[in-house]
Amino acid sequence: MSTAAPASQLMGDGVRPATETIRIRVNGREVEVPKTMPDWQGKPVPTTMLQACEWAGVTVPHYCYHPKLPVAGNCRMCLVEYGTPALGPDRQPILNPDGTPRIVKSPRPAIACATPVTPGMEIYTDTPGVKAMRAGVLEFLLINHPLDCPICDQAGECKLQEYALDYGEAFSRFGEAKVHKPKAVDLGPRIVFDAERCILCTRCIRFTRDIVGDDALGIVHRGSYSTIATAPGRAFDNNYTLNTVDLCPVGALTSRDFRFRMRVWFLKETPSICPSCGTGCNIRIGSRQGRIYRYTPRPNDAVNSHWMCDYGRLNYKWIHRPDRLQKVEIRGRVSSWELASDQILQQLRVASPGSVGLVASARLSNEELWLLSRLKARLHALSDAVPREGEGDALLLHADRNPNTQGARLTGVCYTEMGSQLPLIWERIRTGQIRILLVFGEDVIRQGCDPASLDQLEMLVVCDVLPNATTAKAHFLLPGCAPAEKSGTFTNVHGRVQRFHAAIPPPGEARPEWQFLAEWVTRLTGESLPGHLPGLFNRMASEVRAFQGLTWSELGDLGRLVPV
Amino acid sequence: MPAEYRLILKHALEPGYTPDLACYLRHGGYETLRKGLTLPPRTLPDGRSLSPQEQIREEVVKSGLRGRGGAGFPCGLKWSFVDRRSGKPIYLICNADESEPGTFKDRQIIYRDPHQLLEGMILACFANDVHLGFIYIRGEFTEGARILERALAEARDHGLLGKNILGTGYDLDILVHRGAGAYICGEETGLIESLEGKRPYPRIKPPYFPAVLGLYLCPTIVNNVETLCNIKHIVAMGGSEFAKIGTPNNTGTRLVSLSGHVRRPGCYEIETGKVTLGELIFDPAFGGGLREGRQLQAVIPGGVSAKVFRAGERVSLRRRGLDGKEVVEERDVLDLPYDFDTLIAAGSMSGSGAVIVIDDSVSMVDVLANISAFFAHESCGQCTPCREGSLWMAKILKRLASGRGRPRDAEDLLHIADNIPGGRTICAFGDACSWPVQSTVSKFKEQFLARGAEGEPYRKVAQPAATSVARLSGTGGGAHPAASALASSVSTAS
Repeated sequence: MSTAAPASQLMGDGVRPATETIRIRVNGREVEVPKTMPDWQGKPVPTTMLQACEWAGVTVPHYCYHPKLPVAGNCRMCLVEYGTPALGPDRQPILNPDGTPRIVKSPRPAIACATPVTPGMEIYTDTPGVKAMRAGVLEFLLINHPLDCPICDQAGECKLQEYALDYGEAFSRFGEAKVHKPKAVDLGPRIVFDAERCILCTRCIRFTRDIVGDDALGIVHRGSYSTIATAPGRAFDNNYTLNTVDLCPVGALTSRDFRFRMRVWFLKETPSICPSCGTGCNIRIGSRQGRIYRYTPRPNDAVNSHWMCDYGRLNYKWIHRPDRLQKVEIRGRVSSWELASDQILQQLRVASPGSVGLVASARLSNEELWLLSRLKARLHALSDAVPREGEGDALLLHADRNPNTQGARLTGVCYTEMGSQLPLIWERIRTGQIRILLVFGEDVIRQGCDPASLDQLEMLVVCDVLPNATTAKAHFLLPGCAPAEKSGTFTNVHGRVQRFHAAIPPPGEARPEWQFLAEWVTRLTGESLPGHLPGLFNRMASEVRAFQGLTWSELGDLGRLVPV
Repeated sequence: MPAEYRLILKHALEPGYTPDLACYLRHGGYETLRKGLTLPPRTLPDGRSLSPQEQIREEVVKSGLRGRGGAGFPCGLKWSFVDRRSGKPIYLICNADESEPGTFKDRQIIYRDPHQLLEGMILACFANDVHLGFIYIRGEFTEGARILERALAEARDHGLLGKNILGTGYDLDILVHRGAGAYICGEETGLIESLEGKRPYPRIKPPYFPAVLGLYLCPTIVNNVETLCNIKHIVAMGGSEFAKIGTPNNTGTRLVSLSGHVRRPGCYEIETGKVTLGELIFDPAFGGGLREGRQLQAVIPGGVSAKVFRAGERVSLRRRGLDGKEVVEERDVLDLPYDFDTLIAAGSMSGSGAVIVIDDSVSMVDVLANISAFFAHESCGQCTPCREGSLWMAKILKRLASGRGRPRDAEDLLHIADNIPGGRTICAFGDACSWPVQSTVSKFKEQFLARGAEGEPYRKVAQPAATSVARLSGTGGGAHPAASALASSVSTAS
C-alpha cells in the first residue's frame, strides 16, 4: 500500500495543473509549485506543504494523511519547521544585505498535511528539530504498541516499521505497563481489529464515513485508552470494508480472508483489472507459487480512486477450485490441443455459411473477442454474448457484472443490446439450421438453450474454466483461463481500455484463449497473426474502429478512454 | 494597601442579592443594554458613520480587554477576525465550561448574578450581529444550568431576549447547552465540536479558525463568562474609562480563585496588575498567609496547567522602560504583579486566574502526580504526543509517588514533557499537560531524584502479577519498598 503518489498522479483526472505557481524553498532548494492542488475530493484548494514537498521530491512521513481522505492532522508525524518572508511596516519584504528576502522562522512547527504554502515560504524537513519531533512521535506511538511484528500480517508493508527504521530510536525508555485493549475483535464479517496495534489515525473512520457514506466506525473511550469501535450491536458490514485494511498504516485492521495466510514479502504483485463488474477497478494480484492470496486496489483516479469493493476483492477463490477444467477432452476422452484443434478446424472449414453459432462471454478479453469476431466473419456465424446483471451501487460496483461488455460490442461479437440474438440461436439449434455451436465461457443451458437440442448438433465446442451442464455435453472440451492466468485488455463500461497481466500460470493443460484462437484464425484464413499479446492488441487496434490509434505500450498502467 | 476592586462582583457578594431579574433590575440591571442597543450612529471626522454595533466593537478594542478564559487574547482583536462577509450566520458561544483545576470564578457569576452575564452576552451578540448565542456550561454545574435557564426565561418574558429586544428590532435567542464532563470541552474548537453533537476533538487550525469556520462551519466567537461580563461594563463606562482600571495592556479587573494552603481561600476580584502574588497569599485582605508553622513551597499562578513558581525563586523580567530601552529587572516571584504580561515574562501565565498555594507539608512529587493523573484522564486522545505522553508521564509519576521510582525518572519525565508542547499537538492541551511537568521537575529536581533513589531497584523484566502485588502493598499504608519487593518476590514464587 503506497500513498506517496508521484507528483503527476496527484493531479486527478479532469483537474488541470494550475497555471498559477508560487515559488517556495524546500530544504533550501527553490521549487515552483502550483498555487492550488486537488484536495481529497479533487477540488482545487491552496497547495499544502506536504503536496509541495512531494512535488519537490521530498518525502514527508505521515500516517493519518491520505490524498483521498479529508485531512485529520492527528498523527503529528508530518510536522515540519518553516519560515516566511519578514514584512516591513510597508508590507514589503525586508531584504538581507545580499538582497535575498529575510526569512523569519516560525517558533512553532506546522503539520505539513494541512498547512497551505505561501509565496516565499521556506520548509525544512531535515533539521535536528524536525528529526527530534519525528523520533518523539514514533516513541509515543510505540510505547503502547504490542511490538508483535513476527505475528502481524502488516509486517513488511507497515508504516510503523518503516518510519521506526527511518526516523525512530533503537531503544525504549518505556518501563511501565502497556495499555491493554481488545484484540481480535470482529468489527464486521470481513474485518478483524487489534486495538493494541491501532495508532488511531482515523483513516478507517473517515473512509467509511466520507467515502462510503456508512458512518459505522467511531472512537470510544478517551486518551490513550481510545479504541476504534462500531456502535453496540452494529457490524461494520458494507461492500467496501476491506479498503480499511489497505488504508490502515499498521496491522490493526486485518482481512479475515488474508490474515495469517502469507507474509507479504513473498507475494508477487501483478498489475491487473478486477473482472467482477464493468467498472474495471485497477488492482494488484498478490500471488505466490501459482496461488493467489489477495487482490488489492491499484490507484487510478479515472476509475476507482484508491478503492475496490469487497465483492470484487474476494471473488478470486473459484480460480483455485479443485474441479477446474484442466484437460482437453474429445467426446469425454482425454486428448491433446493439437488433435482437438485439427478436428475442430477440419469441421469448421467445411461448414456451410449460417450453420455455425457462436456464444461468447463478455468476460473474455478484447483480443479474444476480436479473434472470435474474426472467426464469426469467416464462418458467417450467428453470434452473441451473455449479459450478466446484478445490483450496482453509487460508488464502484456496477450493475453490469461482465468486465468487458463494451469490448464484446466494439469487436462486433454482439449487438448493442447484448443477448438479443440468444433466443434466435437457441431456436436455430432446435430447428437444425445451426449444426455447429462454439461456446466460450458460458453455460448455454443455463441461458435457456434446450439441452436436448444440443444433442442434435454435429459439433459442440466448449471452452470454459469450470464444469457446468454445457461442458458436460461438449464434443470438444477445451480448458480456458481465468483473467488472472492470462494477459489482455478489458474495456470498461465507460470505454476505458485497460491492460491486465498474467499473475499465475494456468492449471494443467489450460491455455489462454487468445493463443489457440489466434492459431485457429491463422489456419482458417491464412492470415498471419502475431503470436504475442502486444502484437495482437496492436493488430486489433488497427482493425477495430473504436480502438484506432491505441497501442499496447501506450495503454500504460492506467488505460486509455475510447468513445463508446 | 492592596484591596479588592469589585466591578463584576460588585453586587453579587452583597448580602441579600439574589440571582433573579427583579433584584438585578433594582441594581440598575439592563440599563447598559438599553444604552448599547440605542446608541445613535456616530459620524467620524472623515465622514464615515459608525453604527452602534461598530461603536461597541470599537469601545471593546479601546478597552484593551483581554480574554479571561486562559490565553489572555485581546477580545477586540478576536472579534475583528470574524468573517462578516461570508453571508453565513455568526454565532457567539459563552464558554462556561470552567474546568481548569483550581478555578472557581465563572460559577460565582453564574450562580449569583446570571443576568449580568446575559446582559454582557446580549451586548456582545448585538455588537457582532449575532442572532443565536449559546452558553456551553460545564456538565457538573447542574444548578448553574437551572439558574441560567430561569434567568433566560425571565429575560424572554421581559422582552430582553427573543424577537425585537427592547423594541429596537434586534432579535436574539440564547440557548444553554450542558457539557458531559470533559476538560477538553473548554478548548474552543473542542467545545464547538461538542456543541455540534460530536466527540470534543479540537479542530486543526488552519483551516478551522472559529472566526471563519466555527460552529456548523459558520463564523463563531467563543468568549469566557468573565470576558462577556466585562463587555457590559465597557459599554456602561466606555472603553477608555475601562482601560484606566488595572495597568496598561492588562486592563480591567480579574477574578482570582485563591486556593490551597492559605488561611482565607476564595474568589477575589482585583485590579489587574495592582496586586502582587505575595500580597494575594499573605495580605489579610486576601489569603491571609499560610497555616501556623508552615513555609511556602510553591505557587501555581494560573490553574494547574501554568508553570509552577518555587518559593524564593527569582525571575528576571525584561521590560521596555519609558525611554524605550530594555531593562532587565530581577524580582522575587512573590513581588510579581498579578497580570497577564508579567507572569508570561516570568515564564508562567495567569491563565484562568487560579492561584494555588502549596506549603511545605506536601511533596511536589505527589502534587505533580495528582496533576498528571488529571491530564492523562482528560486527554481526548486525538493526537499522538498528548494521547500517549500524558498517560506515560502519569504512570511514571504514580510509580514514583508510590515508592517504586527509578533514579532516571526525573530525566525521563523532562524528556517526555519536551516532546509534547510547542505546537506539536492540535490544541493547547499538549502544553497544559507538559508545562507542569517541565516546571515542577526542573524546579524541584532534588525531590524527584530523592524519590527515585529510594524506590526499589528497577527490574527490567517485571512480572505483571508481581508488579500488581507490589502496587497494592505500596499504596496500602506506606509499606517499606523493601517489604513490597519481598511481597512481590513471594507472590512470584508461589
